Amino acid sequence: MALWDLANSDWVITMGSNMAENHPIAFRFLVEAKRRGATLVHVDPRYTRTGANCDIHAPIRSGSDIAFLGGMIHYILEGDHWFRDFALAYTNIAHIIEDAYADPEQGDGVFSGFDPQQGDYSEESWQYKGKIVPSPIAEHRVQGEQKGAQSESMAEGPPPQDPTLQHPNCVYQIMRRHYARYTPEMVEQVTGCPRETFLSICELVAQNSGRDRTGAFAYAVGWTHHTYGVQIIRAATIVQSLLGNVGRPGGGIMALRGHTSIQGSTDIPTLYNMLPTYLPQPNAFHDHATLDRYIASETPATGWWHNFPKYIVSLLKAWYGENATAANEWGYQHIPKLTGDVSQLPMTLAMSNGVVKGQFFIGQNPVVGAVNTALVEKGLARLEWMVVRDIAMTETANFWQKGNRIQRGEARPEEIGTEVFFFPAALAAEKGGTVTNTSRLVQWHDAVCEPPGSSRSDLWFIYHLGRRLKQLYAGSTAPRDRAIQALTWDYPMMGDKQEPDAEAVLQEINGYTVADRKLVPNYQALKDDGSTACGGWMYSGVFPKEGQNQARSRRPDKPGGPGSHLGWAFAWPSNRRTLYNRASADPEGRPWSERKKMIWWDEGQGKWTGLDVPDFEPEKRPDYRPDWSKNPHGMEALGGADPFIMEPDGQSMLFVPSGLKDGPLPTYYEPLESPVRNPFYRQQANPTAKIWEQPGNELHGIGDPRFPYVLTTFRLTELHCGGVMSRIAPHTAELQPEAFVELPPELARELGIEHLGWTTLSTLRGEVEMRAMVTERLTPFEINGRRVYQIGVPWVYGWEGYARGDVANVLLAITGDANTSIHTTKALTCNLRAGRRAGTRSGPDAG
Amino acid sequence: MAKLRRGMAGRGARFLKDWSLPRQLAGESPMSTAARSTTSENLRPRLEQADRVGTSICPFCAVGCSQLVYAKNGKPIHIEGDPRSPVNQGTLCPKGAGTLGVLLSPQRINKVLYRAPHATEWEERPLDWAMERVAQLTKQARDETFVERLPDGKVVNHTIGIGSLGGATLDNEENYLIKKLFNGGLGMVTIENQARI
Ligand code: SF4
Repeated sequence: MALWDLANSDWVITMGSNMAENHPIAFRFLVEAKRRGATLVHVDPRYTRTGANCDIHAPIRSGSDIAFLGGMIHYILEGDHWFRDFALAYTNIAHIIEDAYADPEQGDGVFSGFDPQQGDYSEESWQYKGKIVPSPIAEHRVQGEQKGAQSESMAEGPPPQDPTLQHPNCVYQIMRRHYARYTPEMVEQVTGCPRETFLSICELVAQNSGRDRTGAFAYAVGWTHHTYGVQIIRAATIVQSLLGNVGRPGGGIMALRGHTSIQGSTDIPTLYNMLPTYLPQPNAFHDHATLDRYIASETPATGWWHNFPKYIVSLLKAWYGENATAANEWGYQHIPKLTGDVSQLPMTLAMSNGVVKGQFFIGQNPVVGAVNTALVEKGLARLEWMVVRDIAMTETANFWQKGNRIQRGEARPEEIGTEVFFFPAALAAEKGGTVTNTSRLVQWHDAVCEPPGSSRSDLWFIYHLGRRLKQLYAGSTAPRDRAIQALTWDYPMMGDKQEPDAEAVLQEINGYTVADRKLVPNYQALKDDGSTACGGWMYSGVFPKEGQNQARSRRPDKPGGPGSHLGWAFAWPSNRRTLYNRASADPEGRPWSERKKMIWWDEGQGKWTGLDVPDFEPEKRPDYRPDWSKNPHGMEALGGADPFIMEPDGQSMLFVPSGLKDGPLPTYYEPLESPVRNPFYRQQANPTAKIWEQPGNELHGIGDPRFPYVLTTFRLTELHCGGVMSRIAPHTAELQPEAFVELPPELARELGIEHLGWTTLSTLRGEVEMRAMVTERLTPFEINGRRVYQIGVPWVYGWEGYARGDVANVLLAITGDANTSIHTTKALTCNLRAGRRAGTRSGPDAG
Repeated sequence: MAKLRRGMAGRGARFLKDWSLPRQLAGESPMSTAARSTTSENLRPRLEQADRVGTSICPFCAVGCSQLVYAKNGKPIHIEGDPRSPVNQGTLCPKGAGTLGVLLSPQRINKVLYRAPHATEWEERPLDWAMERVAQLTKQARDETFVERLPDGKVVNHTIGIGSLGGATLDNEENYLIKKLFNGGLGMVTIENQARI
């Protein structure tokens, strides 16, 4: 959904986010929704400005979100509050699952298919009965077993369903059994949220969802930074799909992402496991040895992803140009293959284990922003060389001079052999290019001023580095050097600094026909025969014609207009502002209600029309049904009332047969470090969580008395993430000058800590000192009859810039979400005491 | 003496007439006439001196607020929220409003710095020298660590000896070229950014 669409919501639950403080300008749409009559809720361990601006604040213990959301699912199902016409037509609620499926209720916290030796699941028993369902998400396709080639069963007929919902293994019945024990009493016991508060929120969403009313969730890293982060979001997806709050005005789940182009760097990824716009990076252990095998195993039989071959061949043409031919698999063998997880956390360990020789840090500062940063510093010290590109000195760049280990006398600069380069970088106003915001809005920024001195854009750096490398490899005859020789690397340069033209790069991302280099108008024009080149199919249409850079378009709707602002920048895909907006109309193609209309079928014109660009085949009739006798593939296998076109049968997945490493339904686990036992199952934590226990990265046991407090980390309005960017800006730094820990008065009294006095926090990973902020914004929880204290620290400080303090992430361990390898920063345990830490001080007044 | 006194009284009266506070206290709007004074009349907006204005996007968070950047002689002199944007309608949060302070921060570095192995201090180096040295080191590390096949014969054509971290603060075009060169050209697979975390 578009950010501004939140103003159309009848309720908004902000959970796992402190939106008013961390996405302040987005929060104004909640304020507007409230002005129009919406009810706002904040579910969060801390009472913040978000809670203060909401109608209800529900405190929960960090990490207990699935118990809370599971309780909502229980309430909706048992009270029959779900939007029947929506969910029966558009979700897999009636689909029948394999007989062999066994629920964690039977397995004491573990789903069927678990292999305790390997620590992972086989998904066989989670499939639709008699079918093999491919995962729609490339990131997950690449990790699980490859199902593309076997997904033919999806083209042979629809998955078995029981519209009466009586079949014991239909998704409805499975969910009822799965969530039977997520009662309000249990929610209170696990989360610490009073049951009346919890129930008032359930009533709110149940009464304000349906044909006429919609609501939304808004979340940030408070949901993702757990070992079960994907499953928290999934739980909200189930709530929203049951209530009909998907693809409709004011309905949805708003991911409030962090950095300016964090969405863009996910789409056009500097990520290890994907090629641009969600194509899987080939993997040596999958059926990817040749392009044919890769395409066969990655192309699902049904749904939009059936177009996969067009996208990968067009990408190869964009990268290798005339060196990509049918005879050489379009250059497929030049693309390196993965042999395992090399995401940031394993990368950190690889550095500390000496596997990496050289490392680039391009606008990222892991010595502050990563977890277990003492271990990160050890890794940096083992590199042969490293390159840092930033606008000011970062803690990563000068770890060898001022790092934690130097401060504490554990190492001396003379002992560290790393060769370090610091290149000054340009900021947005000093260079042209696009960034993609949290609701997929691709916006161009102009180069208005000059970057100072030797500062250059990262485009300049990478382009000129590439030119030099191409020169160095020009004479080689070794086959391993063919890729760099074959790479197309020719962009026009501007001015005496020879700045490459970012628009030329954006045009390559948009795509063009090879013969005449004419820009393609959209991704429907892409082919799998080598006649088109495209660097990122989902962005096609951002530059549909020479001279027409849609990311530069600045034509907002007038007051009283449709409010989708289709003339303001470009939203991928195809400038759609709300994904899956076919669901905003009923199965017959009529808006669910006048108040909540978005797109609809126009019988006269024979096409979909409305206030947004339809996220559907424009001329597919609502009554179109696949002709199964013809073995339909791709979009032909999806009916005119199947809105979720990226899914293999166009239905929203309440129950996910493929693509999740840790189970088809969200189920409650405790954080890896928790003061209490899991009240639901004997299985304490996510059995598939990624754990790398090694010296320096130890975890605390359940209820370890040495580390009795629940710790969460957060950031501040004035200081942005780990970057020095806001710590070097004089007035934002002045507003938040120094690191602190928030704790409740009861705990302060118990420990003899005074407001603004020094405290020391510790874990098995390390120790930091900060000033105390004693505040009633935090209250002790009663969990399972026990008093549990929750405390919080901002993680945005370091020793550079004007605003300083100990690096909080020294306390954190390297552990990963089962699906995404995201680290845990939101729920762990620690110790806290009055007084300063041992060793050399690094506090702001340490000189 | 009387003349002097009259002159002072006259100046005092003029000052009182010019001073905006009494008019505001008397109920006139502080947003219009009652905000006027000789001083305010002589104030000129900073952005009048600008020789260039362009649209930018706030460099901090993913809300994507639009900014108008005013520059003079290639230097920024003023930044404000773009009133046309449906995202922010002219508003900015404290970070966005502090963007000029970031661009002009005395703590910005505009020289290439180099730290030799085991050195205790930074040195300044020319950009061209550093670019060539990094290109050479990249080639050397790649050549030493490149793997064409696994022991069982599977083709991988990759290196895990060089890594790259960062991207969420960069432009799409920059990320595209980083992935293209490092992955598609050099065979690096350890490429990550803040999006995962
Ligand atoms: S002004 Fe504030 S809310 Fe807007 S993009 Fe910048 S940091 Fe985010």
